[in-house]
Amino acid sequence: MSVSEPVRKQIVVAASRQRAFEVFTDRIDAWWPRSHHIGKSPLARAVLEARVGGRWFSLCEDGSECDIGKVLEWEPPRRVLLAWQVNADWQYDPGFVTEVEVRFVELGPRETRVELEHRNLDRYGVRESEVRNSIGSPGGWPGILQCYADLVAAAEAP
Amino acid sequence: MSANLSPIFAALADPTRRRIFERLSKRPLTVVKLAAGLPVSRPAVSQHLKVLSDSGLVSAEQCGRCRVYRIEPKAIRAARDYLDRMWDDALVAFKNLVEQESEHERQRTRP
Repeated sequence: MSVSEPVRKQIVVAASRQRAFEVFTDRIDAWWPRSHHIGKSPLARAVLEARVGGRWFSLCEDGSECDIGKVLEWEPPRRVLLAWQVNADWQYDPGFVTEVEVRFVELGPRETRVELEHRNLDRYGVRESEVRNSIGSPGGWPGILQCYADLVAAAEAP
Repeated sequence: MSANLSPIFAALADPTRRRIFERLSKRPLTVVKLAAGLPVSRPAVSQHLKVLSDSGLVSAEQCGRCRVYRIEPKAIRAARDYLDRMWDDALVAFKNLVEQESEHERQRTRP
């Protein structure tokens, strides 16, 4: 398996499709694990705004907000497509987008399969490809040195 | 999740190693195939591959009697491993909540 294959998960829940969708989206705060949080201050509330373009963010205990991503497609109760915009440095990056598709498949009146796919993970390798591209480009080695100088400067910044 | 990049740049400071890395970025190769396209001996290629492997840029996999070398997308692997665990935890927590609430709902609306 390639390391940039999507992360795929599925789970069957004893609830109607409508309810499964509502709890996943509107009530994300009630189930999102507190251990998975990007802010410096502990997570007070997780929010997913129920519309296309809606923000997905965390409210921290110190009052700050940490963006996670946004809603790309909103098709209740069948499907939602989210953008996960947390980069390899564990920071929100508006220019960085990976997709999380969540599908709700009705198995019965009180049984739903939730299928989740987190894809475009190859975008986490952009640093490697930057290195690769600058080797092949006309700028070549100077490009790499610049990249290195930027990183050293960034590492030494307070 | 960021990696220390200094050994990477040290490894790539050598022009032969840059050529090896460049060729591996297109496809995984064995030492024999790598050496065939380079003006250096096979032991020299092996030595360069060791430096590249030590820096974390390249990894090797035993494939029958040969070792196949490929570039190692470290950041992708680190991110994927984390997200894999995160979604496991998240979906289990989600299932617990949705089932608990569904059960309450069912009891409340029972005639």
